Amino acid sequence: MSWVNAVVQGILLGGLYALVAAGLSLVFGVMRIVNLAHGVLAVLAAFGAYVLGDTLGLHPFLALLVVVPVMAAVGYGLQRGLLNRALGGGELAPLLVTFGLAIVLQNALLEAFSADSRRLDVGALGTASIRLGDGLAVGVFPLLAAVVGVLVIAAIGQFLARTATGRAMRATSDDRDAAALMGIDGRHLYAVATAIALATVAIAGVFLGARSTFDPSAGGVTLIFAFEAVVIGGLGSLWGTLLGGVVLGVAQALGAAVDPAYGVLAGHVVFLLVLATRPRGLLPSAVTA
Amino acid sequence: MTPLLEVDAVDVFYGDVQALFGLDVTVAQGETLAVIGANGGGKSTLLKTVAGVLRPSRGDVRLHGTSLRGVPAHRRVGRGIAMSPEGRRLFPSLTVEENLLVGSHSGRPGPWGLARVYELFPLVSERRARPAANLSGGEQQAVAIGRALMANPELLLLDEVSLGLAPVVVAQLYAALPTITAQGTTVLVVEQDVHQALAVADRVQCLLEGRTVLEGPAASVDMAALSAAYFGVSA
Amino acid sequence: MTATDTGRAAVTAPRVRRGGRTAWAGAGLAVVVVAVLGYLPFLTTRGTQVSLVGLFSLVVLGTMWNLLAGYGGMVSIGQQAYIGVGGYGLVYLASTVGVDPFLAVPVAAVVCALLAWPTSYLAFRLNGGYFAIGTWVIAEVVRLLVTQVDALGAGSGASLTGFAGIEPTYRIAYVYWMSLGIVVLVVGGVYLLMRSRLGLALTAIRDEPTAAGSLGIGVTRAKRVVYVVAAAGCGLAGAMIVANTLRVQPGSIFSVDYSAMMIFIVVIGGIGTIEGPVIGALVFYVLQDTLADLGNWYLVVVGVVAIAVTLLAPKGLWGLTRGRVDLFPIGYRVG
Repeated sequence: MSWVNAVVQGILLGGLYALVAAGLSLVFGVMRIVNLAHGVLAVLAAFGAYVLGDTLGLHPFLALLVVVPVMAAVGYGLQRGLLNRALGGGELAPLLVTFGLAIVLQNALLEAFSADSRRLDVGALGTASIRLGDGLAVGVFPLLAAVVGVLVIAAIGQFLARTATGRAMRATSDDRDAAALMGIDGRHLYAVATAIALATVAIAGVFLGARSTFDPSAGGVTLIFAFEAVVIGGLGSLWGTLLGGVVLGVAQALGAAVDPAYGVLAGHVVFLLVLATRPRGLLPSAVTA
Repeated sequence: MTPLLEVDAVDVFYGDVQALFGLDVTVAQGETLAVIGANGGGKSTLLKTVAGVLRPSRGDVRLHGTSLRGVPAHRRVGRGIAMSPEGRRLFPSLTVEENLLVGSHSGRPGPWGLARVYELFPLVSERRARPAANLSGGEQQAVAIGRALMANPELLLLDEVSLGLAPVVVAQLYAALPTITAQGTTVLVVEQDVHQALAVADRVQCLLEGRTVLEGPAASVDMAALSAAYFGVSA
Repeated sequence: MTATDTGRAAVTAPRVRRGGRTAWAGAGLAVVVVAVLGYLPFLTTRGTQVSLVGLFSLVVLGTMWNLLAGYGGMVSIGQQAYIGVGGYGLVYLASTVGVDPFLAVPVAAVVCALLAWPTSYLAFRLNGGYFAIGTWVIAEVVRLLVTQVDALGAGSGASLTGFAGIEPTYRIAYVYWMSLGIVVLVVGGVYLLMRSRLGLALTAIRDEPTAAGSLGIGVTRAKRVVYVVAAAGCGLAGAMIVANTLRVQPGSIFSVDYSAMMIFIVVIGGIGTIEGPVIGALVFYVLQDTLADLGNWYLVVVGVVAIAVTLLAPKGLWGLTRGRVDLFPIGYRVG
C-alpha cells in the first residue's frame, strides 16, 4: 500500500515541480536563455513571504498577493537592465551573468537570514488530509500545490496561444527581427516573459517553502529539479514539463520509499536514464525552432 | 506637396563595406515606385534602411517631411511603414491566421483586417489554420503581403516578391496590387523581374552598385537605355 | 598589356611567426618565477607554502575552466565532480590501498579521465545552459553516491593518512613542490595543446562550429578530448587541495562554490587566453585574503564583479592589453 501512497505523493510533488519549471521553460522558449538564478529566485520569494509573515503576520497565501507582483516587476527590470545586455554579449554571457546573479542572491540571503532552515506556516492547511479510502491519504496542501501548478501551466499555455502578447512572444521567439517589422519591441517582450516567469517562480517558491523547509542554499536543488522536469518532459512543451515533473516526483517518492536517503538520487538516475535513451524528452514539441 | 517618403543622400554600410552611396529616392503619396537592378545593387539595402533595420551613416530618411533618425524599426510600423521582407520570413510556429494577426500588432486603424485580406487572397483564407511553415512559396508570399497590410500602412514595402516563385504565381500576386493602391496606399517595390516591375509601377528607378543610374516614369522607359543602365554598360 | 614576370617577381613571401620578443620575454619571466617559487621552501614559513598551494590549485582550476569554456565553448558548473573524485581518489589510494600518496595523485587524475570519457556521452546530449546544469546534476550524483559509501567516510568525510611517517616540514615542502610541478605541467600542457593542431581546431570550433565541422574538424571528438583533459586537471587540483589540507569532506570538495571561483577567475582574468586564468587566480587569491572578514559578502562582491566584467569588459584584465602582448603565443602573426 505504501507504494501506491508513494506514487500519489510523487504525482502531487510533480505538479509542484512543473510549476517551478514552467518559468524556466518559458524563458528558454522565448529567448533561449537558461536562467541559472531561477532556483535562487524561488527561494527569494519564499523568504519574501517569510518576512511578510514574520513582520506583518500575513498568511503565506496573502503574502503571495505582494510577493508575486513584486517578483514580476523584479523580473521585468532584471531582463531590461541586465539580461537584454547579456544577450548581446555572445553565448556565454547570459550563463555567466545569471550564474553570477545566483551566487550574489544566495550569499546575500545567507548574510541576511543565516543558514537556518525555515518553513512557511500555512496553518491547519499544512496538516489537513483527505482520506481516499483503504489507508490512502492525500495531504490537502500538496493537492492544492499540484492543482495550482496545473492551473498555472494551463494559464501560460492559453496566454501564449490566444492573447496578442502571447502571439507576439511566439513570433519574437521564431524570428526577432521579423517581429520588429511587425511593430514588436523585442526588449519589452523579453522582459514581459521574464516577468511572467518570475511571477510563476514566486508562486512556486511560496508553495515549496510551505511544503518543506528551505534555506538560502536551497536554490541549487530547486534549479536542478526544475531543469530535470523540463528535460525529462521535453524541451519546448509546457505539458511535457508537467509530465516531466510528475515523472521526477514519482521517481523521488519511490526512491524515498525504499530509503529516505535515496529519494533525490533516484530522481537524478531517472533523469540520466531519460537523457541516455530519449534525449529529446518524453513529449518533445513538434515544431523544431 | 511634401512627398510621402524622402531618402536623402543616404550612405549605408554593412560593417566596412559600403552598399549605398549618397542615394536619393523620392516617393509621392499614392504612387507606386519600382526599384530595380542587378544583385548587389542596393535594392534590399534601401528597403531595410527605410524600414529601420539598417541605419544610414550619412543622410536622412523622412516620412511626411519628418526625419526618422533614431526611430527603431518596431516604431516605424506605428508611423505607417510596413514591409513584406525578403524571403517572406513568416513565423513558422504560428498559423497563417496568427501570422496575419501579428501583423496588426501595432494597432493602426484602417481598412485592412482579416476579412479584407482573405478577400484579397482567397487561397490564404482556405489555409488560415495551417502552420505557416506548411505553405508553398507563393502562398507564403501572399501571407507576407497580407501580414504587412494588416498594419494598415501608408507606405507598403515589398521586397523581392518574385524571389524563388514561378512567373505565373508572381503575376497572380501582383494582380492584387491595384486593389491595394486603390485604398491610397503608397507602394515601394523592389524587384528583380523587370517586366513585372514596369507593369505595376508608376515610376521606376534603377540602381547599380548603390547608385541611381536611371529614373523616370515606367510608361515611357526606353528598354535599351534600361538594359544598359541595369548592367552598367556605358555607351 | 604586358604579362607579369612570375617567379622572381617583386612580391616576397610573407613572414609567418608565432611569437615575438614579448613571448621570449614571457618565457624568460616564467622560468625566473618558477625558479624563485621552487626555492621558496628554503626561505619562507610552512604557512606560506600551504597558502601558495591554495593559489596553485586556483591556477589549475582556472586554466581548466578556461579550457572548457574559453577554448571549448562549454560552460560547466559541475567540475567539482572531478575535483571531488581527485580528492577522494587520493585518500582512497593512499590511505586504504596503501599507494604512495605522491604516486596516487596522478593516478587519481587518470581515474577522473576514465570517469569523464563515458560521462561525456551523456553530458553532450545537452547544449548551452542545459549542458551547464547537466554538469551540476552529474556532480550532485557523484556527491550523493560518495556520501553513501561508508568505506570513504560517508557524510563526514575522511582523512589523508598516507603521509604518516613523513615529518610535517618535509611533507609540506614536498606537497608544495609537487603542486608547483603540477601547475607548471598544467599551464605548460594547455599552452602546448593550444599550439597544436587540436588547439587550432578548438579555436575554429569556438568561433564558428558549423564552419569548422564542414571543414572536416571532428567537433564532438575535440570537445570530448577537452572535457576529459579538464576532468583530469580538476582531479589534479582536487588531489592537491586534499594533500594540502589532509582532509576531504563531501560537502566542501563537491561544493558548487568551486565553480563560482573558477568562473570568477577566468572571467576577471580574461577568458580565452592562457594568461587570463593565471592573472585571475592571483586576483582571486588576494581578494580571498582581504575580503575574508566579510563572510558571505565576499562572494557577493565576487559575483557582482563577475557580472560587471562580463557585461562591460568581456575580455577581462588580460584583455586590457588588447592582444598586443602575448606571453604565451598561440596564434600566428603574418608580416
